[in-house]
Amino acid sequence: MSELVNTIIQGILIGGLYALFAAGLSLVFGVMRVVNLAHGDLIVTGSFLAFTATSILGIHAALSVVFVLPFMALLGYSIQRAILNRTVGTNVLPPLLVTFGIAIILQNGLLQIFTADDRKLDFGNIEIASMQIGNISIGWYSILVFVCAIAIIAGLQFISYKTRIGRVLRATADDPEVAQVMGVNTRHTFSVAMAIAMVVCGISAVLFAAWTSFTPLSGPSRLLIAFEVVVIGGLGSIWGTLIGGLTLGVAQAFGGYLNPAWQMLAGHIAFIIILVLRPAGIFKGQ
Amino acid sequence: MPNYKIERNEKYHTGVLIGFGVLLVFLVLLPFWGDKSTMRLATEMAGYLALAVMWNLLAGYAGVMSIGQQAFVGVGGYAVFTLAGLWGVPLIPSILLAGLVAGLLAIPVGLILFRLNGAYFAIGSWVMAEIFLLLTAQSDYLGAGSGMSFPTAVAKSFGNSTERAALFWWIALAIVIAALLIAYLWLRSSRGLALTAMRDDEVAASGLGVNVMRNKLQVFLVASAVAGLVGAILFLGKLRISPTSAYDVNEWTANIIFIVVIGGLGRLEGAVVGTIIFFLLRGFLADFGSYYLIILGLIAILTMLKMPQGVWGLIYDKTQIELFPLKRKIVN
Repeated sequence: MSELVNTIIQGILIGGLYALFAAGLSLVFGVMRVVNLAHGDLIVTGSFLAFTATSILGIHAALSVVFVLPFMALLGYSIQRAILNRTVGTNVLPPLLVTFGIAIILQNGLLQIFTADDRKLDFGNIEIASMQIGNISIGWYSILVFVCAIAIIAGLQFISYKTRIGRVLRATADDPEVAQVMGVNTRHTFSVAMAIAMVVCGISAVLFAAWTSFTPLSGPSRLLIAFEVVVIGGLGSIWGTLIGGLTLGVAQAFGGYLNPAWQMLAGHIAFIIILVLRPAGIFKGQ
Repeated sequence: MPNYKIERNEKYHTGVLIGFGVLLVFLVLLPFWGDKSTMRLATEMAGYLALAVMWNLLAGYAGVMSIGQQAFVGVGGYAVFTLAGLWGVPLIPSILLAGLVAGLLAIPVGLILFRLNGAYFAIGSWVMAEIFLLLTAQSDYLGAGSGMSFPTAVAKSFGNSTERAALFWWIALAIVIAALLIAYLWLRSSRGLALTAMRDDEVAASGLGVNVMRNKLQVFLVASAVAGLVGAILFLGKLRISPTSAYDVNEWTANIIFIVVIGGLGRLEGAVVGTIIFFLLRGFLADFGSYYLIILGLIAILTMLKMPQGVWGLIYDKTQIELFPLKRKIVN
């Protein structure tokens, strides 16, 4: 019994991280109406960047964010400005195909540089330390990840509703043409949205890189997780994204509890079930 | 009522038809002038072309952007290994049944996934393919994660390796001709008119009485059945199948998308031109490992941004030539 409780708690905690994966995807879709198929590969790029910074400079893995976050922001801004802005507002196909192309380029580029070997970030003692409540032990690292996730999601909510750039983003999301008439530089705004999304990706990239090992080919599975979370939680609600993340995390943990090989499968099946029962997500259409 | 009729063929199409006839004879006779490796390459090209023709119909006309067609390629491959390899069903019925199984599976998959629109359908279809992969990898009967080899005794019953290569090539040729004919006749029919209308403007098409959902499902079903046939013949040629190779998104979907985009989305000829370009590039870049996918990705992005109509679209704009006459012209 306590093993099951442990599993579910673990699922909830990783669910926070899944919500972070999804937050970036959801933000980009919300503002630009673009599903970024390179999302997962951008996260993995962030993980490799953290790995490189840590191993070359010999700094603590957590400090690698100093390099990862500005780089990701810049990368996000440039990709949007130079490439994706040309596809915004056309039909569905061009942005999908272009981001798919970017995904393949990133994946194979990383493969050339880093080979297909497993890598992992080392966060030190915190990874193995845990706290005991009765029979249940919870890793401090999982708790740290969960707290970070909640804080970042709250931060995104704050940016979105309490700051000027948040207002501009929401206005652009609602109607880019009217926003433009009101003096918003939509090309810049789109790029800023992508930069913010990539910073969130960067944070989740560092956290996830210590949670489990990764290879240049890990991107698609991250993308699928992010996507499932967005659909489960319902589009447009940032707290819905958190619920989506927790649902997926728990479903995977429960599947893995029944049979280690069912972990990913259970997540996908939970997604399909929710899609059939509540196509607009758990939060919508109540 | 004025007296008019609709014509599609131009004068030069008689010549095109003769050209196709000559090409067909040349291809059917391939086993008599080409060696084993040529036949295998040709088989692979035929498979890719059939997938590209169908993906073009899906994404270029029906607006169904599937990144999950590897699900049906994999199902086709595993179906033929089970039917012909394990159960001893004769070769041709096995391949046809593999296509049928893939097509039938597309119905429930489509009904679930079409709840997601546009971009969301794309990733949803990918999730579905992952589910297929994970389920296959769970099945001990199908060799679980390590997959299965085609039984040597059964393979030998199809002839020695050269005879097999010839046999598989003829089957692949039949599949690709079937795919091209289906796509061509479909687009020429009134249903094709509906599809072309959907390609140009889905909302307007549905306003004019086109049942968008039913058309999408029909195209998805046929495209998935063809994917099953292609999976069956290509994995028979390899004599080995595993979950990761059967449901490989890069192999069966990324490559195909690049072929269609570079060749020309929403034009039947685009798939043909794209396949030729793809195999030429792959041949030239074979020594560069995964760089060839990077270069292919770059070319696809540039094409999408600078020349969204693709190579054939460009040729068509300059010359107005159609190899497969689809354009309708009203004559008195």
